[in-house]
Amino acid sequence: MIYLDLFLGFLRVGCFAFGGAYGAIPLIREVVRSHGWLTDEALTYMIAVSESTPGPIMVNLATYVGSRQAGFLGAVLATAAVVLPSFAVILLVMIILRALLQNGYVQAVLRGLKPCIIGIILATGVQMLASSIFAAGDLSVNVRSAVIAAALTGILLAVRKFTGRKITAIPLIILSALLGIIAYGV
Amino acid sequence: MKKNMLPELLLTFMKIGLFTFGGGYAMISMIEDICVEKKGWITHDDMMNVTVIAESTPGPIAINCATFVGYRQAGLAGSLTATLGIVLPSFALIYLISRFLDNFLEITVIANAFKGIKVAVGILILEAAASMVRKMQKKFLPRMIMAGSFFLMVLINIFSWNFSSVSLMLTAGAISLAVFIGGGRKRKRGEGK
Repeated sequence: MIYLDLFLGFLRVGCFAFGGAYGAIPLIREVVRSHGWLTDEALTYMIAVSESTPGPIMVNLATYVGSRQAGFLGAVLATAAVVLPSFAVILLVMIILRALLQNGYVQAVLRGLKPCIIGIILATGVQMLASSIFAAGDLSVNVRSAVIAAALTGILLAVRKFTGRKITAIPLIILSALLGIIAYGV
Repeated sequence: MKKNMLPELLLTFMKIGLFTFGGGYAMISMIEDICVEKKGWITHDDMMNVTVIAESTPGPIAINCATFVGYRQAGLAGSLTATLGIVLPSFALIYLISRFLDNFLEITVIANAFKGIKVAVGILILEAAASMVRKMQKKFLPRMIMAGSFFLMVLINIFSWNFSSVSLMLTAGAISLAVFIGGGRKRKRGEGK
């Protein structure tokens, strides 16, 4: 039954998708292809759509596949299935968190994990910025994106200097979308 | 628990869900902005802990964060509300796209706006990372782990090595644990003398 297949398939994605959306893509690919839900081309296209729309890529993919395969109810079931494991795990962790966080060995592990994650986040940011400014093959500079990056950084610094406050994420995203339309045309 | 906590959680996380482009790390800067600095719902340390937990458990970071903050604020009902809130906007959007807009990315305005957004997401992630670096313990080991994982991660991506961020984190955790246990032995030996 398609509803059950969708639920179980995306439950599996939700359970084993460690390391963020990109780490999860191989697993998602395995699940959607084994059921014949998406071809490789459709999956690549959907990853691009999921990246250009807000929300976690995994959740967006689940909604899309569910809706395509079995309409609204399919979308709801697939989305719920992909969300359920992380929801349940955090609840469990929260309930035992206090005791767990006091443990010396757990703290030692956390002390190692935190700087590691900061390093990974830093690397991700550098790469995302680099990939929109430099072309993949010959590393030529994409002038328009470079100008957008310079403009956004300039505005961020100017606002911080003159008002003492930082621009929050939402206005910055809206501003960048406008700059994208201005720089690349309508 | 405040009386009107649930609607506030729902609206706040819907707002976060609507503007989280570019995956989990961009989300962290948004949650810092709203839940730590503006609303004071959780502390920066909480945020760091939930990031670690989110990374070491399966599933999207955004969902983990929403569940965590919601539970802190209003228990089980809160965690359900926050999680629902963060999923709802993208669910509605993707549902509409899957029904009516099959060539979504071929619309020039949307594609171009997204080229701009991609730049902003990079800047946001860097900003989040920079603020975490500033708040980090100024000690040798964390700094080395931070720098090491940064360079390894860049190399992994440039050369597409088959080494996931999960393995990198496990290694960092193991190193820190080994140093802790080694340090403990030394301390005990010192006391024995």
